[in-house]
Amino acid sequence: MSRLTRRDLLLRASAIGCSAAASPLMTPIAFASAPTDNRLVVIILRGAMDGLDLVQPYGDPDFSGYRPDFAIGPAAGAQDLDGFFALHPGLGDLMPLWQAGELGFAHAVSTPYRNQRSHFDGQDLLEAGTGAETVGRSYEDGWLNRLVQTLPGATRETALAVGREEALILRGAAPSVAWSPASRLGLTPATADLLGMLYHDDPLFREAFEDAEFYSDLLHGAFDGGDMEDGDMMEAMADSIAASNRSVTARSLASFAAERLREDARIASFSLGGWDTHRGQVNRMGGALRHLSSAISELRSGLGPDWDRTVVLAMTEFGRTVRQNGSAGTDHGTGSALVMAGGAIRGGRVVGDWPGLGQGDLFADRDLMPTRDVRAYAAWAMAGLFGTVRAALEGQIFPGLDLGPDPGLLR
Amino acid sequence: MTSPNTLATIRFGTGLRPEFPAASPEAMLAALSEPDQMVTAFPLDSYETRAAFRIEYTRLQRARNDSEEAEAAFRDIRDALNREVLNQMAVTLARGVADPHGLRERLVWFWADHFTTVGGRGFMRGAIAAYIDEQIRPHVAGRFGDMLEAAILHPVMVLYLDQERSYGPNSLTGQRRGASLNENLARELLELHTVGTDGGYTQDDVRQMAELLTGLGVTRDGALAFRPNNAEPGAETVMGNSYGSDGQARLADIRAALHDLAIRPETAAHVSRKLADHFLSDTPDPGLVAAMQAVWLETGGDLAAVTATLLTHPAAMTPGPGRVKQPLHFLASALRALEVPPEGLIRAPLHRLRNLAARPMAAMGQGWQNASGPDGYFDDDAEWIGPQTLAARIAWCMTVPSELRPQLPDPRAFARDALGDAAPPDLQLAAARAESRIEGVGLVLASPAFQRS
Repeated sequence: MSRLTRRDLLLRASAIGCSAAASPLMTPIAFASAPTDNRLVVIILRGAMDGLDLVQPYGDPDFSGYRPDFAIGPAAGAQDLDGFFALHPGLGDLMPLWQAGELGFAHAVSTPYRNQRSHFDGQDLLEAGTGAETVGRSYEDGWLNRLVQTLPGATRETALAVGREEALILRGAAPSVAWSPASRLGLTPATADLLGMLYHDDPLFREAFEDAEFYSDLLHGAFDGGDMEDGDMMEAMADSIAASNRSVTARSLASFAAERLREDARIASFSLGGWDTHRGQVNRMGGALRHLSSAISELRSGLGPDWDRTVVLAMTEFGRTVRQNGSAGTDHGTGSALVMAGGAIRGGRVVGDWPGLGQGDLFADRDLMPTRDVRAYAAWAMAGLFGTVRAALEGQIFPGLDLGPDPGLLR
Repeated sequence: MTSPNTLATIRFGTGLRPEFPAASPEAMLAALSEPDQMVTAFPLDSYETRAAFRIEYTRLQRARNDSEEAEAAFRDIRDALNREVLNQMAVTLARGVADPHGLRERLVWFWADHFTTVGGRGFMRGAIAAYIDEQIRPHVAGRFGDMLEAAILHPVMVLYLDQERSYGPNSLTGQRRGASLNENLARELLELHTVGTDGGYTQDDVRQMAELLTGLGVTRDGALAFRPNNAEPGAETVMGNSYGSDGQARLADIRAALHDLAIRPETAAHVSRKLADHFLSDTPDPGLVAAMQAVWLETGGDLAAVTATLLTHPAAMTPGPGRVKQPLHFLASALRALEVPPEGLIRAPLHRLRNLAARPMAAMGQGWQNASGPDGYFDDDAEWIGPQTLAARIAWCMTVPSELRPQLPDPRAFARDALGDAAPPDLQLAAARAESRIEGVGLVLASPAFQRS
């Protein structure tokens, strides 16, 4: 068989990815007055984002002892936020937003999901927005869809799901549109690891997978190997190539969302992966955060003047263990952090009750103890943006949620 | 622990589909003697229809420069032809997806490959699926000799291996035009279709066979022709047997030679080994091959009996990694596991068939109806799994399922759907650890346990 050229592969990869692009969006829709001027973007961080690495509690005396191999605090390159927390350098590009009060965080948050730590169940619960008693059920709808149902004057253009997976968060009775960009395949490092594990005992698959050409042809991204050891080369190559690809995708997802939000859409959701950092977290977290960073930057520039009427929430299914594991990574945990951005927020601060990391402070002696339900922040943001009333928030959108005190998220 | 039924359905069928229980080898074999439901449920045009289409195609092609209308009419029929070829792929996949276990489809794919035809020359164009449906498919549980005759004495094969250009040097036409033999079909008939490379034939046997085959051709309507004026006069001796006489050359002599070849021990050995090789491994158990060969000879090439010997031999049910699935097999089995409705494949728009199946299969090394030669697709696992072809498989696994099934299942449940009790522990672990549903489902499909049979 003739050897495929890189270009062939590239064309094929994009041919596979673009087929869903035929979208109802191409049909012109009669002008419908939007139900609101405010915008909400929800980014699902799939794979369990380590909130402790993103917003590092370097001022907590116990923290660094748990993670001897991690880069922690301003001394290791993080951006100081308030003398107690520091921001991972992967979001360093967003510091001007922080300074302008357009970027903030809530720490020690979680959904009601506890103890089982399955990505799928955790993501389902996060998107369904329901209580712990529903874990493992099949869900009919997601909380953003139920929000749309409460918006008077909402049309099918009001809510937009961007990406190639069908998002549970927007599934439901209220119509919404979905759009999938012509995405290239970029295996996340964690997925590449799992494939490597599956192929390990099958020499035919293992050798084909390990072949350097595999990465360059499959992921066809730029690679700067620097002066790394040979042993790290393959891993670093896989990481950096996958990272550069996902960056393209993250930006294109955000760019398309912004374009629609400037028109009739008011609510948009998409997902970013790459957070399952079981090993080599220092590199992998940085890679994943750069995509989040480019997505938020793209939303800001794409939204233009509408940025001032926008709230972006980036949330994950659960956090990661406080202690690093044996391969310089972290395992599935509980509490994490919520990222908030947008001109409509009152940012420049890290909100939430800090549970501490001392003995007895951890959840199950391993995870960051959640001190507030992440849904409460989302609910207060919706109340501020759309005037959604408490009864709808606690009964319909997040059934069973106790809203609690107003954290004053919006300006 | 993998149950025998799971193993049989994965190894000899098109894989598990949640709505059907895994089938036993006995049940799979019994279904071969029942009516062929898939061909009724998902029919294709007959060869006659395709031939008539081809005649119209040629007429419009010749007229295309006459006027704008003629040009448009030609473009329409060209589009229709392209649609038809993709439709044949969709129907082939749909049958593999819809059958309760898929043994008949696997056999059809094997035998269609054994009697490979490729290309778009003349009446072949758009007609390969009909050739498979009419000449190969009815015989997968019948006699090998009947399949051999049906395949060789068909316009598609006659055209593919240049038999219509072969003239007996001493025939009337040969004498008049100075035309001579083309040995292509005769050689492949011995080397590929029957006794095999090591089958003990000589160049003289090839030449005699080629002389015997002279006279075969294709009429202007696309039907098989036998033209005595093109046939080499006199008797021919192929591998020790004499066919024909000094009288009029006859098609019956060719038939007789084909049926003799079909039951030769060399043919029994070569084709039994190839079957075992295809379904099991590069190094099939010698006892298993010997048993198939013995049954072949006892029954005069009864393929139902030979297939039954393959499926019920203890060596066929060794658990553990089997053959790498060829791309068509892999796609069909993945579509089954994903519970894609077969009717949806038939109705799918062309760009989706192209982007989700035809192009990916080509990237995996198996372009649709596009083997590189009459020897068909290789069986060697290593030929299928290289860096680029594996990349194409992984790309399919990670991108296409979410296109086909917007609500992907929980990967842990999907591992059970796809592999049943054959899902190995490391796969269950990987499925549970995947970052998202897309990736989890992709990992299950990309795993060696699913990629192999």
